[in-house]
Formats: sequence, C-alpha cells, structure tokens
Amino acid sequence: MTTLPIEPVPAPPSPPSIETPSAEPRWTSLRGVNASDRVYKTILTGLALALPLLIVALFLQLFVSALPAIRRFGFSFLWTSTWDPVAEIYGAAPMIFGTLASSFIALLIAVPLALGVAIFITEFAPRWVRQPVAFLVELLAAIPSVVYGLWGVFVLIPFLRSYVVPPLKAVFGWTPFFQGVFYGNSLLAGGIILAIMIVPYIAAVSREVLLAVPASQREAALGMGATRWEAVWTAVLPYGRAGLIGAIILGLGRALGETMAVTLVIGNRHDISLSALQPAYTMAAAIANEFSEATTNMYLSALFEVGLILFVITVVVNAFARLLIWRVARGTAVGSKAL
Amino acid sequence: MRHLTSRLMTAIVALMAFTAVLALVLILGDLIAKGASSIDWAFFTKSPVPAGETGGGVANAIVGTGLVVGMAALIGLPIGIGAGLFLAEYGSGRLGFLVRFIADVMNGTPSIVIGIFAWTWMVKPVGRFSGLAGSAALAILMIPMIARTTEEMVRLVPHSLREAALALGYPRWRTSLRIVARTALGGIVTGCLVGVARVAGETAPLLFTALGNLNFSTDVRHPMQTLSLQIYVYATGPFEEWHRLAWAAALVLMSLVLILAVVARWATRQRYGRGR
Repeated sequence: MTTLPIEPVPAPPSPPSIETPSAEPRWTSLRGVNASDRVYKTILTGLALALPLLIVALFLQLFVSALPAIRRFGFSFLWTSTWDPVAEIYGAAPMIFGTLASSFIALLIAVPLALGVAIFITEFAPRWVRQPVAFLVELLAAIPSVVYGLWGVFVLIPFLRSYVVPPLKAVFGWTPFFQGVFYGNSLLAGGIILAIMIVPYIAAVSREVLLAVPASQREAALGMGATRWEAVWTAVLPYGRAGLIGAIILGLGRALGETMAVTLVIGNRHDISLSALQPAYTMAAAIANEFSEATTNMYLSALFEVGLILFVITVVVNAFARLLIWRVARGTAVGSKAL
Repeated sequence: MRHLTSRLMTAIVALMAFTAVLALVLILGDLIAKGASSIDWAFFTKSPVPAGETGGGVANAIVGTGLVVGMAALIGLPIGIGAGLFLAEYGSGRLGFLVRFIADVMNGTPSIVIGIFAWTWMVKPVGRFSGLAGSAALAILMIPMIARTTEEMVRLVPHSLREAALALGYPRWRTSLRIVARTALGGIVTGCLVGVARVAGETAPLLFTALGNLNFSTDVRHPMQTLSLQIYVYATGPFEEWHRLAWAAALVLMSLVLILAVVARWATRQRYGRGR
C-alpha cells in the first residue's frame, strides 16, 4: 500500500555479493530496506496523527461537557443576557458581544499600525534597519499575556484615565460610544491591550506576504513613473491583498481567544454597553474567572458551552485566515517564517 | 504633490514602526523600573509569606515553572518534532496537508480552552489539581508550534545532501535521522527553545490545572506554583506589597522568556542568515 513514498526511493546499489545475482534477490534486499523505512514512516505518521486526534478530541470533549447546557438553553444561550448562577439561567450574549467588541477595537488600532510596520520594513526602511525593527516588533509577541495584563492595570489604565479619556470625552462624548464614567477597567482598555498584543502577529505575516510579492510588480509601477508610495499602493498591496486580509484575520483570531491580559483590564461585567468606557466581559475572561467557582453541573456546563463557542469561532477564523495566506505566500520556499 | 504624498506616507509608515517599537520599549522599561528594585537574593530563595507581611520571594514559583515547563517539553517535544519530520519527509500528500493545516489552526486555539480540556481529562478524574495536568496542557499548546518550526528547519536542508546519502545506499529512515535531521539540528533546537519560551509565559491553561501553590513543592502530582500564576494572583490582590512583588516576578519571567527567545533567534540567524 504505502510502498511508494512521494519521492521514489532510489534503489540502493546491490552489495557486491559473490552469490549469483538473479532478478529476485534484488527485490528481497529492497524489501528489507523498505521494512525499516515503513516502521519509521509509521512512527512519524503516528506522531503526526496526534494533531488531528487532539483537535477532534478537543471538540468532542467540549461538546459533551457543554451538552447539558445546550439541551437546556438551546440557541437562546447565544442571545439572552441573563447570567444567574443562583437561578441557573445562563445566556452568553454579553460575553459574545464583549469578545467581538474588544477584538474590533483591537483591530481598529492594530491593523494600521501592523500594516505600517510591515510596509516600512519591506518597502521603505534602509537595509540596516529592517532586521532590527522586525526583530523588536516580533519580541512583542514574546511578552507573556499576564505581563501585558499587569502593565495594563498599573500603567495603561492610569495613563488612559489622565491623558486619553478626558479629550476623547470632550470630542466624542456625545456619541453612544463614549458615554458614562470611566473607572478604568473597560472595553477600551481591553481593546488597546489586545491591539498591542496582536500587532506582532499581523506585522510578521503581512511582512511575509509583502516579501512574496514579485519585485517585477514594483519595478513595473516605478517604471511607469509611479512614486514609491504609489508603487506600494497600486501594485504591491493589491497583489498581496488576500494574504494581508489573511494576516488581519489571523490577528483577529488571536484577539478573540486572548485571556489573561483581557481578564485583568476589561472589568468583567455581564452587561452589554455600547460605550467603550464601560466595563465588559469576554468569553475567555468568563471562563478564567468563573470556572473555579462553578459548583453546579449546569454552571460548569454553561462555561463549557462558552468554551465550545470560542473554540469553534477561533478555529473557523484561523482556518479562513490560513487559507487566504497560503494562497499568496505558499509559493515561497520556506512557507511561514512568522513564529 | 505626488512626491509630497509619497514622502508623507513614508513618514507615516515609519512612524507606525516607531510606535510599535516604542510600545515594546515602554513595557520593558516599566518592568525594569518597577520590578528591578524588589529583586534581591531573598526574592529568589524564599517562598511567599502570608498576606500582609512584607518580604518573601518566588523560589517556589521559579522551581514550579521549571518543573511544569520541563515536563511539558518532555511530552510535547518528541511528538512535535516527530510530526514536524513527518511533514517534511512525507508531508506532500493529503494527510500532510491536513496535519499542516490543523497545526496552523491549533496554533491559534485559545489557551484557556486547552486549559479546561486538560482539566476534564487530568484533574476531574483524579479529583485534584496537579502540576502534571498543567504540563499536559502546555504540551498540547507546544506540539503544533514545534511541528511547524521543525518542518521548516528540516526543509532548509539542501536536497543534494539527502540525495547523496540515498545514493550511498542509506535507507530513508537513516538518511532522515542521521543526515537530514542532524544537519537541521541547530534549527530544530532553537525552534524548540522558542516554543518552550512561548509556553513558559502562559497562564490561562494553568489556572485550572496546576492551580498554584503558596508553598514550596516539587511534587508534580499536586498543585504547583508558576511565575505566571503568581503574577496573576499578586496583580489581582489588594495589597501594595503584592503589586511590588508582581512587578518583580514579571521582570523575572520576562527575562527568562526573552533570554530564551533572543538566544534562539540569534542562533538561528547565525546559521541560516536571511540576508534581506
């Protein structure tokens, strides 16, 4: 069945044996080689199968654990907002809203920033700056989530309170998005922390996508008299559009599932408010906060359903992003260089 | 006008890059400014003192981090490297595509979800939290990462090397292990370091598995403290003293992760210079 790997194994030269060679022994000796090869392949395949098995096990386990809540609340779990452990009524709408809203704010800030970084590194920066800047931005991804959270609580929130929110309220205070008193822990703080956290991911993948754009695209545009920016805007970016969108969606996937930093700064309140200055909740934060206090089975099951929703959303988002990125950057020899 | 626009956009784009780097500098600067003064010998050698008292250290958390992450590496690295070798050697078929795709998708799976998954399998049946369950959760996080970097590093090995070995009559598996994997060993090791550094800073998957432990403990079958968990507890606590310790612990964790990541990337650069 699996005798032929993708690259055919070149037949080893038969050892200079004294016995009379016939057509058959050649094959038997090859068989022997193939047997150990087959064992090797089987072992590697087994290890590789761990990944599909894990993802299936994850999904099934979450589903089974969430089943009581799914049975009891059905789809109303998604759009009702009562979360009452005492009465055993659970609706996850505030968390779903908070997750989407905080990720949206994060994208709003992170996308221009990250694309700027990627364009700067690939198109405009002097050669000697490129590696260091790329390296430093990627280091942002190495900072642990909980450290971001700590920084958010003790540095970012006081900074927002004194320097950012007052002018924001002065200018946009009349819109529903900046209503209410700012206590610190809020959707805005969560969104900003998330933005800093996903910049390195979007930037790294975008950079790779831009590097995969053939030089001839730029040269053609420049040759027609375009300025360097026009070359980027009219030739390079459109060429890599699918990959760039993929990079952004990948960032979105990260933002949706981010837990610790958000839990520390978003305020953790079961409430839907359009105002970015008000506390909110995310699905990941809800699990982190309430899982250990979930004493009844239904409570636990509801949290598992939250986990299941989060898992399914991120898997779909990530799969979509990967397909888009692969379409553009797959042709490069090494594939994904982003860590 | 058009040239002015081009100049302006160049400036804006450069400003964006500067802002991103500035964010890193600010965060690292704050960590050092607020954490460094609390770090002394006692911080590394003592366990936490009861709330309200001053002093105490994170010796238990440092040892716990080492144990939990070390065991995660023991579980995760062989599977990850094996899967990576599979992708590089046999990965051009349909199964290869599937595994690669799933690895990429799992790389983005929220770690908290993996935490509650590990809780269901490793904590609930036993009835108690344990460092081992934490390691299992971290290992699951590590596997897709390691698989992909291993694959990439192995693919960098020149094809001629493999062909030479095969032509000499080396069986495929020996070629793969003794020639190809060995040539890529530096890259694989650094990839592993990056993976380990990444999970060393994780908190969410440990909340319901390793749980945390205020006492010094080396028994992996019981709750265990890690630096990340300790930072979380201290950061959410009401005491000024705790916040001070949180910054110090964050500085230690950050240094640990950064040293691993920087060493790994620097070593990779030496070996496979990507001159751009």
